[in-house]
Amino acid sequence: MPSNALIKEFQAIVGKENVLESEADRHSYSYDSAVLDPVVPDLAVRPTSSEELGKVVRLCNENGLPVTPRGAGTNLSGGTIPSKGGIVLLTNALNKIVEINEEDLYAVVQPGVVTARFAAEVARRGLFYPPDPGSQAVSTLGGNVAENAGGLRGLKYGVTKDYVMGVDFFDVNGELVKSGSRTVKCVTGLNLSALQVASEGTLGVFNEIILKLVPPPAANKAMMALFDDVDKASATVAAIIAAKIVPCTLELLDNVTINLVEDFTKAGLPRDAQAILLIEVDGHPGQVVEEAEKVVAICKKTGATEVKAAKDEAERNKLWEARRAALPALARAKPTTVLEDATVPRSKIPAMIKAINAIARKYDLTIGTFGHAGDGNLHPTIMCDKRDKNEFHRVEEAVDEIFDVALSLKGTLSGEHGIGLAKSKWLEKETSAATIAYAKALKKAVDPKGILNPGKIIGG
Amino acid sequence: MADLHKLAQMLQELDDQMVACMKCGMCQAVCPVFAESLNEADVTRGKIALLENLAKEMIADAKGVQEKLNKCLLCGSCAANCPSGVKIMDIFLKARIIVNTYMGLSPVKKVILKGMLTRPGLFNALVSVAARFQGVFSKPVNDLIGSSCSQWLSPVIGDRHFLSLAKEPLHGAVPSLDSAPGASGLKVAFFPGCVVDKMFPRIGHAVLKVMAHHGVGVFMPAGQACCGIPALSSGDRESYEKLVTANARVFAKGAYDVLITPCATCTATIKEMWPKFLDGFDATTRAQVLAMSEKAMDVNQFLVDKVGVTAVDKPTGGTRVTVHDPCHLAKSLGVRSQPRTLLSANRDYELVEMAEADRCCGCGGSFNLAHYEVSRSIGRRKRDNIVASKADVVATGCPACMMQISDMLSQGGDRIAVRHPVEIYAETID
Ligand SMILES: Cc1cc2nc3c(=O)[nH]c(=O)nc-3n(C[C@H](O)[C@H](O)[C@H](O)COP(=O)(O)OP(=O)(O)OC[C@H]3O[C@@H](n4cnc5c(N)ncnc54)[C@H](O)[C@@H]3O)c2cc1C
Ligand code: SF4
Ligand code: SF4
Ligand code: SF4
Repeated sequence: MPSNALIKEFQAIVGKENVLESEADRHSYSYDSAVLDPVVPDLAVRPTSSEELGKVVRLCNENGLPVTPRGAGTNLSGGTIPSKGGIVLLTNALNKIVEINEEDLYAVVQPGVVTARFAAEVARRGLFYPPDPGSQAVSTLGGNVAENAGGLRGLKYGVTKDYVMGVDFFDVNGELVKSGSRTVKCVTGLNLSALQVASEGTLGVFNEIILKLVPPPAANKAMMALFDDVDKASATVAAIIAAKIVPCTLELLDNVTINLVEDFTKAGLPRDAQAILLIEVDGHPGQVVEEAEKVVAICKKTGATEVKAAKDEAERNKLWEARRAALPALARAKPTTVLEDATVPRSKIPAMIKAINAIARKYDLTIGTFGHAGDGNLHPTIMCDKRDKNEFHRVEEAVDEIFDVALSLKGTLSGEHGIGLAKSKWLEKETSAATIAYAKALKKAVDPKGILNPGKIIGG
Repeated sequence: MADLHKLAQMLQELDDQMVACMKCGMCQAVCPVFAESLNEADVTRGKIALLENLAKEMIADAKGVQEKLNKCLLCGSCAANCPSGVKIMDIFLKARIIVNTYMGLSPVKKVILKGMLTRPGLFNALVSVAARFQGVFSKPVNDLIGSSCSQWLSPVIGDRHFLSLAKEPLHGAVPSLDSAPGASGLKVAFFPGCVVDKMFPRIGHAVLKVMAHHGVGVFMPAGQACCGIPALSSGDRESYEKLVTANARVFAKGAYDVLITPCATCTATIKEMWPKFLDGFDATTRAQVLAMSEKAMDVNQFLVDKVGVTAVDKPTGGTRVTVHDPCHLAKSLGVRSQPRTLLSANRDYELVEMAEADRCCGCGGSFNLAHYEVSRSIGRRKRDNIVASKADVVATGCPACMMQISDMLSQGGDRIAVRHPVEIYAETID
């Protein structure tokens, strides 16, 4: 526990009301959305200005106190669990949109701005910020950058890193490091903002982020195709891309998910379908019509048992319902929902789904898989009850095996949910001993006392 | 704080419901209290985590957890949006019973709940004394809304612009009623609820007028008590059971098709909560309670869905009216369109929607008393949305919301009237 004198110093910086020291408050910052054991911090501190943020980081470093930055606490890998104690640094009062520049198509934000609020504000000005993680109603832009969050639009529009033009962050001494710029082109110095993306708060604490904006598509059209075989769905994805069409979304639901969604919504999905593809194209109205027709033709040719195209916004909403209901349906099936994130090259999706189903049988578990078929980012979701020790042990073994398969298919451990605490032991397997050594050397150089979110990504 | 172990054991009863929370944090998007404080312990995910840790004996400070648990509007916004379908309201109410019984009620609450609410006779008598004197103590500040602020009472009630208690409560003017069904062939039991009875008897009169007009028979027994939500949400199960039993007895004396109330909170309590808290009743009372619960319906819904009130074809407009959706109507009961239909049945009004019509007004019963500042800033956002709609009137189907909104508009100095949709519909009947 920090001494009373130190608590007073924090209070002097951010004000008494922004230092949370009661037992109840501290316990409420001991977890995030990952299924991991909680660890209670010594304090939670909420700066309300850049100046305060820098001072807090500096004070922590002077006292060798670990700092775990926390946005909305929705990451799925334990990135905000203060595993080494110390303070949880709350960024949610740093929630100002500093600038939205309509001429030069960029915005400057504080890290605690909620993603959906920002996207709506940008849309109000007739512009578009595409990254749309499923948690966007609550997630913060700082958290998005620190996790390199993806979303449904990844295939066509990319992920958070594709929109980061610059990050100003505090180093451990509380000095402001500037990187990137408001210009499309910038080669001034090392690309430090890229280093901050997906760093999970281990290399600096973001103060302001410069984000790229784009003009919104004028039209869109949603389609849904049903398949009696996952291979056919996958062949469809390949054929669509071979036809030089890049849909903005290309989502897949497997048979387990389809059945749970049907239990939940009673929307009339066929229970024997092995896969559903939800496809949306966007762009100029003329191009959208043309591409949609082509997509429908391809689906028919590759063996879809049924293809529906939405005629208006109401029908589009109805088609989307199945995808929107996926997580709620899976989450309701059993008490504990372990949401995985293994990602493979998109041609390997059928192999991956087959392997996941075999793993489910082997460990006697229910696993529903849905995800972003266009970019190979699947979410095998294990439904279980963490109170059942025996079952949960099988879950852990199954997760290990899913990673093994993903790596053997030349995929990656995590497409978008991050490494955090949950997957750090796996990192070397995907990369190499030299990769870890390099990352550790880098970390040691910029954070000699190891105060910045210690224990995350590279362990230690 | 003696036996934490015992408290922990009692809380384990909630484990099966709490474990369904997957800690996704999506409740942060809708919780009005969190929006003000930005503290995780104020949002559902945090509260559930604290209860879990208390149940596992990981936390020693039970009082700290109790405070967080009670800092909640019970508005149900989180439950309506939870992807995991967690039975949040059940968890919160049961936890309040367990924790508040264990820790004890605050002295003020004890006097109100145990001393007054559970003794309707005494409560009514005290209230009528207060009603007679309050004109002396307070000066009217906004005649259109009818609120008044009292310097005399400010140490107790802060600077709220509270509504006067009515000079004559509904049960004073109409002690009881039992009329036969007319043209509609329908008969309702009428449960005005205590806020309508004591503060807004005009709503009760409007309901009776409308029922008479449509040939709906009304059974309104004497000796009605509060629906019990103030007791239940304070975790005072004993008072809750007394109140519900009193109601079950008096309503069992008549026959009716539907039990109507003009109070969204009452309807939600009777419909959703009564069937869940039956353990303390004997078989007869249980059957009576369930019978009432099954038949309970919001008055807007009754008039539109059962009586068949529809919008007029060619409204002339003139008065702009906007709708606030009470949490207990929209989120708990799914009643959204019917109050709007009822308003559109009056040709003199023109419906204009405000932004965030279904965002909580911040009242939350005794929350308003315990956390007035938080309640006020949530209410200010509602007030700003109402004002931005440029409406002349705001209509809402819950008298508790009407009190809160009146307070907020009155403090803002806005000349916007606050009314129940039934009152506006009743204007169409001579
Ligand atoms: C229901 C649900 C759906 C999801 N869907 C998606 C999805 O579709 N795509 C996706 O990619 N993810 C998804 N996620 C995961 C998660 O929401 C994202 O990783 C998101 O970016 C986290 O944002 P946050 O504000 O909650 O960050 P937090 O969880 O609070 O923090 C995440 C990391 O960022 C660090 N951090 C936060 N702020 C700063 C700062 N100012 N400086 C330095 N480091 C900082 C933290 O230390 C931590 O390591 C989902 C999660 C849930 C629960
Ligand atoms: S939205 Fe529901 S499941 Fe998610 S954290 Fe809140 S209560 Fe838990
Ligand atoms: S009931 Fe309302 S105030 Fe209470 S936690 Fe849920 S959303 Fe917040
Ligand atoms: S809900 Fe409120 S207004 Fe309705 S009877 Fe109960 S206490 Fe009275």
